[in-house]
Amino acid sequence: MVELSTVDLLIASLLVVLLALLSLRQQSNISRQLIIAAVRTAVQLTLVGLVLKVLFENATLGWVTLMALFMLFVAGREVMMRQERRFKGWWGYAAGTFSMFLSSFAITVFALVVILGNDPWYEPQYAIPLLGMLLGNTMSGIAIAMDRLTHAAWEQRHIIEARLMLGETANEAISGYRNQAVRSGMIPIINAMAAAGVVSLPGMMTGQILAGTLPVEAVKYQILIMFLVSAGTGLGTLAAVHIGASRLFDSRQRLCLDRLREP
Amino acid sequence: MFVSVSKAPPLLQINRLHRLMVGPLSLVVDEGDCLCISGASGSGKSLLLRAIADLDPHEGQALMQGVAATEIEPQLWRSRIGLLPPESYWWLPQVKNHFRNGMPLPLEQIGMSAEILDQPVARLSSGERQRLALMRLLSNRPRILLLDEPTANLDPVNTRRVEEVITSYRRENKAAVIWVSHDVEQVARVANRHYEMRDGGLHATEIEGRQWLS
Repeated sequence: MVELSTVDLLIASLLVVLLALLSLRQQSNISRQLIIAAVRTAVQLTLVGLVLKVLFENATLGWVTLMALFMLFVAGREVMMRQERRFKGWWGYAAGTFSMFLSSFAITVFALVVILGNDPWYEPQYAIPLLGMLLGNTMSGIAIAMDRLTHAAWEQRHIIEARLMLGETANEAISGYRNQAVRSGMIPIINAMAAAGVVSLPGMMTGQILAGTLPVEAVKYQILIMFLVSAGTGLGTLAAVHIGASRLFDSRQRLCLDRLREP
Repeated sequence: MFVSVSKAPPLLQINRLHRLMVGPLSLVVDEGDCLCISGASGSGKSLLLRAIADLDPHEGQALMQGVAATEIEPQLWRSRIGLLPPESYWWLPQVKNHFRNGMPLPLEQIGMSAEILDQPVARLSSGERQRLALMRLLSNRPRILLLDEPTANLDPVNTRRVEEVITSYRRENKAAVIWVSHDVEQVARVANRHYEMRDGGLHATEIEGRQWLS
């Protein structure tokens, strides 16, 4: 494996600077955003590298759990911020975070214990990257699905209420939108699986190959990750949309749009 | 001399119903009643109907034949108390897809033919939608009809047809109707009780053009 030096990275960063200079002529603040994002990447990843180094040296269940929870809460916040009409108050955060906890944590533990079988099972070198992959993808799936669900409930509120007036249950009135929401949450991972290897080489696999792993081994890990991610995204999206759809109605099956924030 | 008769509870009883600026108000509606409500827009007529249908949270209670709304499943309550909103909404591609219980009566009675059932909803005029929405509501066989300006988009001929359909439905099914209408002549044709909604309350009003016999 070719070791990268700081100078190597600085040379690569010149490309970003060049791009920023080019964009400067277009009178948009895109170059500013580009530079800020590039600096954030460098700083955040360096910090994570340091944190992981410390974590690998102190591989206790307590520290791994703490790191995992931190990742979960950041992902939960991200899910919340990406929804235009999210639930007001505590629910806006909890519905997504709880669903991610349910799916990502369960699948990660399952993969660590049943498939990888390390000793100890929470070996951070495996546990943290796996959880990160799952959280990252589940997060997008849940955010898209919840955004879609609350959006549909708002846009189609007259139809939903018309159906309630005709004696349909809340479940009947919302089920079409609920299914669409789950579908749109899962489409990205389905597309990624369908295109994997043909259109794109997945990032994780590419990284492993660059770092010197045999392609066949890297492929096996990538397949494992794809399966875990699709299961995690699917379960998380189903859970979040289920919670969200029931939260849209009260105990008398009335549509409660006042539980959603204005965008 | 009095004979004690146990009287059946009224078809619809409203006890101190309160929602935003509406109420608290109480009301008893009996079998065969057709109660018209008029009032300025924004006086809360639609809110009142929505609260009776239990579509909005409210204080007080509504009882149907002595059974409170809260005692039965909400979807059962709403299919027995049919609310027809001013605007109708359709979610399936064709008209007929919305009639799972079949047609309550021949479409000719509302000036249409059965061919319209095969049409896409998008091709209906607003008047056709309004009349078909009434059919859709009646196909649930509700005992109480809450009608929010059911003839607002109709020409005089179809207005009369709809009035007749509603009146005969009420008689044949021992139903009751609460009818929001701004048309004093319509009120005179269909109502046996007339109220004006004002300051959140219902105020009994005489039916213009009709002599009351005491």
